[in-house]
Amino acid sequence: MSTISRDDVAHLARLSRLAVTDEELDRFAGQLDQVLAAVARVGEAAVADVPPMSHAVPLTNVLRADEVTPSLPRDAVLAGAPAAEDDRFRVPRILQEEA
Amino acid sequence: MTDLTRTDVAELSRLLTAGEVSAVELTRAHLDRIAADDDRLGAYLHVEGDAALAAATAVDEARATGAELGPLAGVPVALKDLVVTEGVPTTSGSKILEGWRPPYSATIATRLAEAGTVMLGKTNMDEFAMGSSTENSAYQVSRNPWDLDRIPGGSSGGSSAAVAGSLAPWAIGTDTGGSIRQPAALTGLVGHKPTYGSVSRYGLIAFSSSLDQAGPMARTVLDAALMHEVIGGHDPRDSTSIDAPLAGLADAARAGAAGDLRGVRVGVVRELGGDGHADGYDAGVLARTREAVEVLAALGAEVVEVSCPSFDLALPAYYLIAPSEASSNLARYEGVRFGLRVGDDGRHDLDEVMALTREQGFGPEVKRRIILGTYALSSGYYEAYYGQAQKVRTLITREFTAAFAGVDVLVSPTTPTVAFPLGTRVDDPIAMYAADLCTLPASLAGLPAISVPSGLSDGLPVGLQIMAPALADDRCYRVAAALEAAQDAARGHRLLDELPALAGAA
Repeated sequence: MSTISRDDVAHLARLSRLAVTDEELDRFAGQLDQVLAAVARVGEAAVADVPPMSHAVPLTNVLRADEVTPSLPRDAVLAGAPAAEDDRFRVPRILQEEA
Repeated sequence: MTDLTRTDVAELSRLLTAGEVSAVELTRAHLDRIAADDDRLGAYLHVEGDAALAAATAVDEARATGAELGPLAGVPVALKDLVVTEGVPTTSGSKILEGWRPPYSATIATRLAEAGTVMLGKTNMDEFAMGSSTENSAYQVSRNPWDLDRIPGGSSGGSSAAVAGSLAPWAIGTDTGGSIRQPAALTGLVGHKPTYGSVSRYGLIAFSSSLDQAGPMARTVLDAALMHEVIGGHDPRDSTSIDAPLAGLADAARAGAAGDLRGVRVGVVRELGGDGHADGYDAGVLARTREAVEVLAALGAEVVEVSCPSFDLALPAYYLIAPSEASSNLARYEGVRFGLRVGDDGRHDLDEVMALTREQGFGPEVKRRIILGTYALSSGYYEAYYGQAQKVRTLITREFTAAFAGVDVLVSPTTPTVAFPLGTRVDDPIAMYAADLCTLPASLAGLPAISVPSGLSDGLPVGLQIMAPALADDRCYRVAAALEAAQDAARGHRLLDELPALAGAA
């Protein structure tokens, strides 16, 4: 029995902002189903009282000294952007024309 | 005359310091080899030829004026292409970053430059380090110098191909689930994954932030330790960086090479290739591992078998945790601040441009992992998948702690098999993931682990993995150097010297 359907994968791809093709949906659904079946083995572990571990180094609130240091030069950063205008990142339109 | 492109760094450092070789000669020797052989090996994504010669010239000029230079000044080095380098193309093996020239450098790149090393170029890798064969690179295939029809391991397969193939004396790799150790093992190199937090991640393109570590890939244990000492240590720019001095790593390698392991307790992990857990392992890999353990025992080490039952769940836990973190980390590729943008024609809005950009810019394995991670983190599935995997991570860490109460190091094969033929696992993610079986437990626990050659099986290299407690990286270097020295002495030469010349292999 499959745990993840083609529709599930399509939904997850939308959430992940991936405009996947039909062919990819077919392929990924099968592959991800196999992968999920394999990783679902974590459910075998008896861990009711075990705390989760998110990190190998338990650190909290690492702060640097409150000193002003130079930022990266604006032009050097914008040079790496796909589009820049008026010394800013240029962003594609965010509103529908009908809106 | 010594072949400078097959010489270890400790010797190159001596030659440079003694003035027997110039940095320019050494750099040119490597650039010549790259020009001759890299079309077959596919190790480099970008070669920084003119800049390398300029940097080498500067070292030679400084040396000529009598300036005090560090011992590594003039030694060439290759960097995996996820190490951010100012002004030098950095792609992480992905089309989504094609042509990006970063505005800053990673701490480890800066430290290598400050030590006077000369960057030759950037090496190929699986896209965003997701893979075990380097076949997931968006740009090219890298090949194993021992057999050009086989993988050089991954994800740091460009680095392993470069160092084993004489295109760099050593290289930076990164390891999330085994991506330094596995390619090192499959190409006859030494590769060390440092304790998590002991090498700065500032300027390393993130895959899974709680696991990623950079480390050395080299021809000898001593070379690996020398590089680790250059790149390691606290960095205030990485909030997970450990503020503690590195134990004497090169000293540990030199001490180990003296060959006395009396008083060292070695645990052989049953769940990684031992009785009842040998399915999927090559007989030759298990034989080399047994022989290596016998060598350690002959050097005085006390050997016991150790059982860590939860290691069986390291692979499923890793392939939930790493994709979950990746799905979050890779959200930054939105087509606005750097890299590719697709579909910005006035008809598509930001959301659509983002989806089109990511669709075109990411390859299949990256998409699979983003989707898997998004699933594992989504409400309704979070506890069963991601939450459960995090608890398994605790179990694995506890079993390491318990094991290290009785032994100083743990050993296993680095990989279940020798290098497999190109193309055989590309469309079978589960088979590909199995290549990381032995390296994943130490990754999840954040522990240091080294791979050192243990011999050949079917003419292909096999590695022994040596794992140690957090911040006890020196133990990895000591035990690895002892094995290396004993085996080199027994065979009369380094394992790498058995590598067929590339001209004959092509």
